[in-house]
Amino acid sequence: MELLRLATAGSVDDGKSTLIGRLLYDSKSIFEDQLESIEETSAARGDEHVNLALLTDGLRAEREQGITIDVAHRYFATPKRKFIIADTPGHIQYTRNMVTGASTANLAIILIDARKGILEQSKRHSFIASLLQIPHLVLAVNKMDLVDYSQEVFDKIRKDYTAFASKLDIGDLTFIPLSALKGDNVVDRSANMSWYEGSTLLHHLEDVHIASDRNMVDARFPVQYVIRPQSEKLPDYRGYAGTVAGGILRKGDDVVALPSGFASKVAKIEQAGQEIDEACAPMAVTVSLEDELDISRGDMLCRANNQATPTQDIEAMVCWMSEASQLQEGAKLAIKHTTRWARTIVKDLRYKLDINTLSRDESATSLTLNEIGRIKLRTTQPLLADKYSRNHITGSFILVDENTNVTVGAGMIINTK
Amino acid sequence: MRTQVSHLQALESEAIFIFREVAAEFEKPVLLFSGGKDSILLLHLAVKAFAPAPVPFPIMHVDTGHNFPEVIEFRDRRVQETGVKLIVASVQDAIDSGKVVEEKGPNASRNRLQITALLDGIEEHKFDALFGGARRDEEKARAKERIYSFRDEFGQWDPKGQRPELWNLYNGRHKPGEHMRVFPISNWTELDVWNYIKEYEVAVPDVYFAHKRKVFQRDGMWLGVTEFLEPQEGEVVEERLVRFRTIGDATCTGAVDSPAKTIEQVIEEVGATRITERGATRADDRTAEAAMEDRKKEGYF
Repeated sequence: MELLRLATAGSVDDGKSTLIGRLLYDSKSIFEDQLESIEETSAARGDEHVNLALLTDGLRAEREQGITIDVAHRYFATPKRKFIIADTPGHIQYTRNMVTGASTANLAIILIDARKGILEQSKRHSFIASLLQIPHLVLAVNKMDLVDYSQEVFDKIRKDYTAFASKLDIGDLTFIPLSALKGDNVVDRSANMSWYEGSTLLHHLEDVHIASDRNMVDARFPVQYVIRPQSEKLPDYRGYAGTVAGGILRKGDDVVALPSGFASKVAKIEQAGQEIDEACAPMAVTVSLEDELDISRGDMLCRANNQATPTQDIEAMVCWMSEASQLQEGAKLAIKHTTRWARTIVKDLRYKLDINTLSRDESATSLTLNEIGRIKLRTTQPLLADKYSRNHITGSFILVDENTNVTVGAGMIINTK
Repeated sequence: MRTQVSHLQALESEAIFIFREVAAEFEKPVLLFSGGKDSILLLHLAVKAFAPAPVPFPIMHVDTGHNFPEVIEFRDRRVQETGVKLIVASVQDAIDSGKVVEEKGPNASRNRLQITALLDGIEEHKFDALFGGARRDEEKARAKERIYSFRDEFGQWDPKGQRPELWNLYNGRHKPGEHMRVFPISNWTELDVWNYIKEYEVAVPDVYFAHKRKVFQRDGMWLGVTEFLEPQEGEVVEERLVRFRTIGDATCTGAVDSPAKTIEQVIEEVGATRITERGATRADDRTAEAAMEDRKKEGYF
């Protein structure tokens, strides 16, 4: 069974919680005690209906104030796939939350209220999905029951959105007309929209092809931990533990260790102590080399003829996530890239991006909470980097405030020089 | 080409990555071990993460003193097999030294008292990272918790001030006295755990399978008669075929009626059940709707 990670974006008003509730309920992933508990809470709050939003609003403040503070994770499975939902609130702090919830997503669902069409918020969510390069996007046109299941309404939304999306870098885009409340096209095909010939939402989630989204070409193995038992039985064992970040690593492959550039061959690949012939992302394995090289955490094994770029200068899109501070030219921060920490200085804020209009403000001098911009960084030691578009693992980094230790920025590498 | 990665392999790899990341970046990690299936799974994954070297950190059992004897036997056997160092943080010691006062009444539980024993253990050994077996599918407060969950010098969780967690870039930086709770199996469900136990032949204590036990009913749960827990007046003891879905303090962990004697039968039962595992079996989570959130804020697992 395959694992699919999906992110949902939209506000309570779009019926997002109802949609998640429907997916969980119809796949039998809501339990009776959970349902009873939210029924009681709904009644105590004086809600007219059982409020399915309470399923995802886990914290006391959220239930009391009827708001969603943070990313909630939900799980459900069908016989075909296991799903992890990162449910991100649509309104306040949307950018920070959506980036947090969607960074590892295979697919994002953006909800649109059929009565309202494409809103600013839908554009923001779409932009973030394209920034994070989520491979698959679903535009779920919800509340079709409130527009008489009209094909015209759906077609207009599709046309409007397609025009807008042409400005963005979106891979696979699917439109589904549905009613989360009534259940049309969520799990079961709608009898009310015979004009729609595509898949139901669940069917699409089960069938969308995600295996080829992984980079199977550029072998990248960031060394995470060096295993040296130095025991009587294994006096000379030296294995490099890590998780394959891209490509395929095979026994006998010619590899180089970055940043030193020393060459060797893969002598052995082990998974949990068992020898295997090859490994691909996202497998956690241990690699032994034929030669004894000085390799430590933060180094990277690549194929001799296809290497990441060691660089101290990177250009990236960055999303600022701190309320307490701003990103400014000259700021010094800690940076984590794969398994390597370094320090960095912001050399240049090229522009700030208005995520509603996609226009660039080149006169901007700072980024504040939830703002996105293009920056140049200089690091204290080389990062072993790829472009984010090529590899999400070797192309991403986080920025950390050295005084508070809080994660303040998320970066996606555009250029490695 | 072996490029298909199953969901269990993906979950295993994610957990192993987290174990290695913590071992590399923290001074003194420790794995919280209760003898329940989730902590057994954690130890199993930790052994895999560092093979063929031994697990590079100890395990700590926060011991309420109200144990199932089978579970303690199981714990000691695993310690011997893996060669891992065991530390016991005792709630009984905290009571004896007067640090905490035992609850009274028929529903008295040492569950809350574990917080003191746990925090004392952290302070004494200067642990800076604690692996826990919590899963996000268990409970709604946990559904919102990060994999690296930051705790201040009082061990408190601040749900509104959590660090953003992106890609697989975990930020474990902290100041002296602060620590991180780390949950490598956050993304596993109860069914994933059982499917993994089956596929990789992970041993678990016998109490997870159907057996005859003397039980009585309280708050709609079957509680076992033990030396620590006697039925009150009006509570009738009967022998039933039961099993445990979770294992915690013996005084507040309920058994469920079940004929499931094998892993396959357990998986079938878990797949068909309509009640969450904590809802069915944990008296401590039923006290208030936000019971778990409140305990977590104070420093609970």
